[in-house]
Amino acid sequence: MIYLEQFTYLLASALFIIGLKYLGSAKTARRGNQYSMIAMAVAIVVTLVVSGIAGPIQIIVGMVAGGLIGGIVAKKIEMTSMPQMVALFNGFGGIASTLVAYSEYLEPTTLPVTLDVNITLILSLFIGTVTLTGSLIAFAKLQGLMPGRPIVLPLHQILNFLLMLGVIVLGVMYIMEPAIPMWPLLIIAVAAVFGITFVIPIGGADMPVVIALLNSYSGLAASATGFVLSNNVLIIAGALVGASGLILTQLMCQAMNRSLFNVLFGAVGTDDSTGDAGVGGGEQKTVTRYTAEDAGMIMDTVQSVIIVPGYGLAVAQAQHVLNEMAEILTARGIDVKYAIHPVAGRMPGHMNVLLAEANVPYDMLYEMDDINDEFQNTDVALIIGANDVVNPSARTKKDSPLYGMPILNVDYARTVMFVKRSMGAGFAGEANPLFFDDKTMMVFGDAKAVVTGLVKVLKENE
Amino acid sequence: MESLIVSIYVFTLAVFVGFELVTKVPPLLHTPLMSGSNAISGITVVGALLAANANNWKVSTILGVLAIAFAMINVIGGFMVTDRMLGMFKKDKKVEKGA
Repeated sequence: MIYLEQFTYLLASALFIIGLKYLGSAKTARRGNQYSMIAMAVAIVVTLVVSGIAGPIQIIVGMVAGGLIGGIVAKKIEMTSMPQMVALFNGFGGIASTLVAYSEYLEPTTLPVTLDVNITLILSLFIGTVTLTGSLIAFAKLQGLMPGRPIVLPLHQILNFLLMLGVIVLGVMYIMEPAIPMWPLLIIAVAAVFGITFVIPIGGADMPVVIALLNSYSGLAASATGFVLSNNVLIIAGALVGASGLILTQLMCQAMNRSLFNVLFGAVGTDDSTGDAGVGGGEQKTVTRYTAEDAGMIMDTVQSVIIVPGYGLAVAQAQHVLNEMAEILTARGIDVKYAIHPVAGRMPGHMNVLLAEANVPYDMLYEMDDINDEFQNTDVALIIGANDVVNPSARTKKDSPLYGMPILNVDYARTVMFVKRSMGAGFAGEANPLFFDDKTMMVFGDAKAVVTGLVKVLKENE
Repeated sequence: MESLIVSIYVFTLAVFVGFELVTKVPPLLHTPLMSGSNAISGITVVGALLAANANNWKVSTILGVLAIAFAMINVIGGFMVTDRMLGMFKKDKKVEKGA
């Protein structure tokens, strides 16, 4: 039986890997996800078959309760709320690992409990609990249940250091006297506090990095549980998720030109509003204001348009009407493309999903590096609800917080059109000199109202 | 200790495989990648099943039942929402006529 179990776990692990491989292309991604589903089903079934079902009620209660909640959430969730959902699910992965590890502490599967099991048990309790409370804070910030601005306590870093030290000390105590039930509980308690103090000083705008990192932790928590149980499928699946989260974390940091250290400990950011926080300052340069009608007239005469969507677009729920505009333009033979900055939206890849939901075909969506050379041959760069990712100060102004961040080269287009609610600067608080450029048209207003106006003009001139 | 060494081997190699595969996932699919990996991290359900699989309601069993529930939220919720999202990605340019 042990061979059946081991080989089936190996099969499941292989299926997870194939599933992840198919996720490398939009054409096969859905199949990849299905492979992972099969892998999970295989792992669950063989576990039940091999261990024999001793407590059917217990298992059914847990499976049905979790399955129902998960299914309802998956059906109901709005695509704009995906970051919150992923944050919360990261936390669930964490708490599941903590619970399994603690249950294993109470009723060890193999006796005597060896040193390495105890060490990995501590790791599992610690990572799982940090993932849980850290994710709950990230969820609360994204959901607006608590302010997005960084919360920095006095001596914050020293406090974090002491908490880490506390976990290590408690871990040593636990290994010396595993029978004392207080030690694992204290480890959980200190880890819970650490998860909170770890995430509260991180600003709302940096949450994409944090949820990617916690995604990684949720995988590592599963792996740690696999170490405790000497179960390879847990170790492998957890390691895959851990690696995935880490890569996304890295990519997000690169896209903001920040180090992970700076994101985690820099306490950067003011508040988590929609990117119009803080006013651009006292510069008295003149801005040319235009209306949606003016913009529509221009759109009537162009050959090529690149649309740069930002999170402001999603806040205004303007994706659908934007797609309608793009379809009208495309039908007239105008070349329409979307340029997606890596940090557009609230999590890695978020903007792509929001546009896909609005029926924008994914072959119209271009990554920054693939489209940046095209702006110079483009008539109109239409920027909707974005600011920092197109701010040329990032190239030249050395003292700017944006300096060095890769941006979309919208200023190379013949006409630059901003649809924005106000003159406000972005998260970084850096004024955008492009607003004052001669070739820039500023159209102020709600993104949905403006684009609807644009569509109306275009239709009138049909 | 020997099993720990084997576990470390398996873990390290799996991390490398993960790096190789995920580097090839285009940014277009990064959100489904995250929700899908949420579901995969629900693999803890295997450990939870072992913990809950007893015909009693001792603390260790109850913790296992809770762990099953949390892990299954991830598994079902994660896979379903990923599938829903991936279903939205369409390639064909749909040109509206007579709009």
